[in-house]
Amino acid sequence: MFDIFDFYEKMEDGKIMLSFKGEITSDLLSSILKILESKLDHTGDEPRLRKKVYNVLVECLQNLYHHNDGADTNLPGADQSALFLIGRNSESNYRIITGNYILNSNVEGLKARLDKINSLSREELKAHYMNTLNNDEYSGKGGGGLGMIDIARKSGHKIIYDFKQLNEQFSFFSLIITIAP
Amino acid sequence: MQEIHIEMTAKTPEVNLDHLSGKLELKGRSIPENSIEFYSPVFAWMDDYANHPKPETALHIQLEYFNTSSSKCVLDILKKLQSINQSGRSKSKVYWYYEEDDEDMLEAGEDYQAIIKVPFEMVKIKA
Repeated sequence: MFDIFDFYEKMEDGKIMLSFKGEITSDLLSSILKILESKLDHTGDEPRLRKKVYNVLVECLQNLYHHNDGADTNLPGADQSALFLIGRNSESNYRIITGNYILNSNVEGLKARLDKINSLSREELKAHYMNTLNNDEYSGKGGGGLGMIDIARKSGHKIIYDFKQLNEQFSFFSLIITIAP
Repeated sequence: MQEIHIEMTAKTPEVNLDHLSGKLELKGRSIPENSIEFYSPVFAWMDDYANHPKPETALHIQLEYFNTSSSKCVLDILKKLQSINQSGRSKSKVYWYYEEDDEDMLEAGEDYQAIIKVPFEMVKIKA
């Protein structure tokens, strides 16, 4: 069972910096980013690390904003809320966790993209980023598939992900990003 | 044609486009959810400027953060500058600013430099 006091204690000693579940709007993104920028400024971490974390945060949150299939409430079983959490583990690594609904029909494509990204070395990721940047394609949202590649480049770790099928229409997509100091 | 001055916001950069001096400037952070909407006036201005550019054009890019959707727009701005440069009507140069400890921003500039055939100068600034 979920232990609220345990959660509270973890938040109190700084392990969880911010967590949120709900609908992601543009105003909410602005507020979360403002709060986290100020929290990052107070960590005493080097600017280089703070910037990396902030950059990855922006991409993760904007992914939730743009790619939440559950936001289409006309579909049966849709849930428009998304999950976001940032904290630090015992080795002081930053951990960013996101969760959102995704149409089952989109799972295979996203999984293939993530597997490809995870299979690449640092140099190969750079080449993949530059090819995707320069392919003249914009997605409807503008990034054209760069977001996940950029997250992988900045984090320097493999992207951990999971798809849990919920019903005939939707799965729950969760993502764990690690950024080491 | 008219100059463009856009004030900086929490999610979008200050933009100064001056056809009289040939100085084009982006400064601040560029993390809007919809970057194409933000950059459309810049694209339109550059298309216009391409018809009667100054003999020299300097594009100063001093971004603290930019998201991936902005990165496509920055590339498009650079490509427009590249065609102006290649037309032979305006000698163009990109000044890419990065804070001294910000290797990611330096690398981002180098990524563009590898794609765009316009001279780049990497300008290190104090954090």
